[in-house]
Amino acid sequence: MTQLSTSRPKVLGVKAQRAKFMQSLTPYGFVAPVSALILVLMIIPIAIVIGYSTLDNVIMTPESRFVGLDNYVTILTDGTFYIAARNSLVFTLGSVTAHFVLGLAFATLLNTRLLSPFVKTIFRAIFILPWLFTVAIIAVLWRMLLNPNGIINYLLVSSGIVDVGVEWLSSRSTALLAVTVINIWAGYPFFMVSLLAGLQGIPRDLYEAATVDGASAWQQFWHVTLPQLRPIIISMMILDMIWTSQQFALIWLTTGGGPINATEMLPTYTYKLAFSTYEFGLASASAVIILLLSMVLAFFYVRHQKVKD
Amino acid sequence: MAQTRKARERVSKIWTIVGLVAGTVFAAFPVFWMLSSSFKKNSEIFAYPPQIVTEGFSLDAYLVILTDPVKLRFFGNSYLVALSVTALTLIVAVLAAYAFSRYEFKGGKGLNLVILSVQAVPPITLLIPFFALMVTLRLYNTYQGLILTYMVFTLPYAIIMMTAYFNTLPKELDEAAKIDGAGPMKVLTRVLVPISVPGMVSVGTYTFMIAWNEYLFALTLTRTEDMRTVPIGIQLLMGQHSYEWNEMMAMSILGSLPVLLLFLFFQRYFIGGLTSGSLKS
Repeated sequence: MTQLSTSRPKVLGVKAQRAKFMQSLTPYGFVAPVSALILVLMIIPIAIVIGYSTLDNVIMTPESRFVGLDNYVTILTDGTFYIAARNSLVFTLGSVTAHFVLGLAFATLLNTRLLSPFVKTIFRAIFILPWLFTVAIIAVLWRMLLNPNGIINYLLVSSGIVDVGVEWLSSRSTALLAVTVINIWAGYPFFMVSLLAGLQGIPRDLYEAATVDGASAWQQFWHVTLPQLRPIIISMMILDMIWTSQQFALIWLTTGGGPINATEMLPTYTYKLAFSTYEFGLASASAVIILLLSMVLAFFYVRHQKVKD
Repeated sequence: MAQTRKARERVSKIWTIVGLVAGTVFAAFPVFWMLSSSFKKNSEIFAYPPQIVTEGFSLDAYLVILTDPVKLRFFGNSYLVALSVTALTLIVAVLAAYAFSRYEFKGGKGLNLVILSVQAVPPITLLIPFFALMVTLRLYNTYQGLILTYMVFTLPYAIIMMTAYFNTLPKELDEAAKIDGAGPMKVLTRVLVPISVPGMVSVGTYTFMIAWNEYLFALTLTRTEDMRTVPIGIQLLMGQHSYEWNEMMAMSILGSLPVLLLFLFFQRYFIGGLTSGSLKS
């Protein structure tokens, strides 16, 4: 009897412990689907691509040979790789800078107190337009606009800026500029929307205090607006750098990386290695290098987010 | 003094209007030209001088697209894939966001960090292993393959946004339901989900848009014409015989309609989601 009575609470304790244990498992049940997907579609693929990058003749033949870092050496000594890297850098920095400047200009316009909210909503919808079109459509549209006989050349010729229509996308000297301009058009709304939210979040009294101190509109912009927007600007710039440097479809559908490498970027370079020349080992090495570059940017992004919190 | 202030205000008003007009031309003219070209005959596309509205206004280009079973199939494929991705992403993201928002658990922070950094993995890095994986799993050139692939790109954002949304809902709601004897799943489906519709709408529209617009994987993981989606279909139009610009523009308009309509109806959610997801993670 005594034994029973002493063991009873013990049994209950085990039960309670088990219930508690089961309860502590609940969150794992909820994150199980996403964890499985990330494992199968992210961790394993990254392991595979790293594996492939050390193999020769991978995918194309059943027997592939381990070649260590040879593929990396081949890529890093390939002149085209550096051309692609340089173009990616120019394209990315040009796009991100212009996205920021245009985004801020448009956001400031939309934040004005001179217009009624309804009119502002209409202009916001207009300014956001480019962002609503997919890259494949943007590419086709701009090929028509930039056609030697297209509307843009017509406007430039008839206003006397150029003498004859320019082959924007098929001339070596203008192709990189042309794809960058297209990408600028396609991407600024994302900056605009975020900066507009940021502008609306700046407390009014900061401006009132600045006005009392006799600050001009420009001084207010420089000493109040920009510092207040700084965290948003930095996050947006890093994110945009990550996205822009990975842009594939726009390049592929406008110039295909040409003419003669003039717009070759790291993603198109890698894609061609894999699916045009079937050098999957080399392409994997190139893909891993791109991954490392992106991870550096991601590191700064995550660190910035942490500092902000 | 009052005079100069008034004058200054007038000047700034003029500049604002100039800016708005310039911005409108920059943002909307290409879109307007796409629309106008879709109503032209192909021979009029590069007419000299260019014509805004042509005498030959016609809906022929649209008729060609809408009566061609091959092109209709592109649209069907895109809708099927994008809607499936949206539904599945919402389910998985809501479950995960519930855990992140309501539980402290070992590894939770780490998993969150993984999800955050997954966003930065370049698609091109995943392309080659996905190609190999889909061939091995016999998912190459199937809807399932594309749907699974797109979820990798939609989930991180969806989870971050949903978690942020759940965090804004008071925990007292859950507690009340728990006292009434509801389990965690019931709390989620009966209490949180019904009041999270705005958050789910913005996650859903964003997800749909990513899936509808995707190009690289649609290009690489499908092979036959009957599996192609709209972005690839437009590209295929470019390759065929001569360039039928008016048809390409008509298909572009039709291909943009779903996203444009989503935007029109859900503008507020759309923009709200856009800003909260990237900034509050």
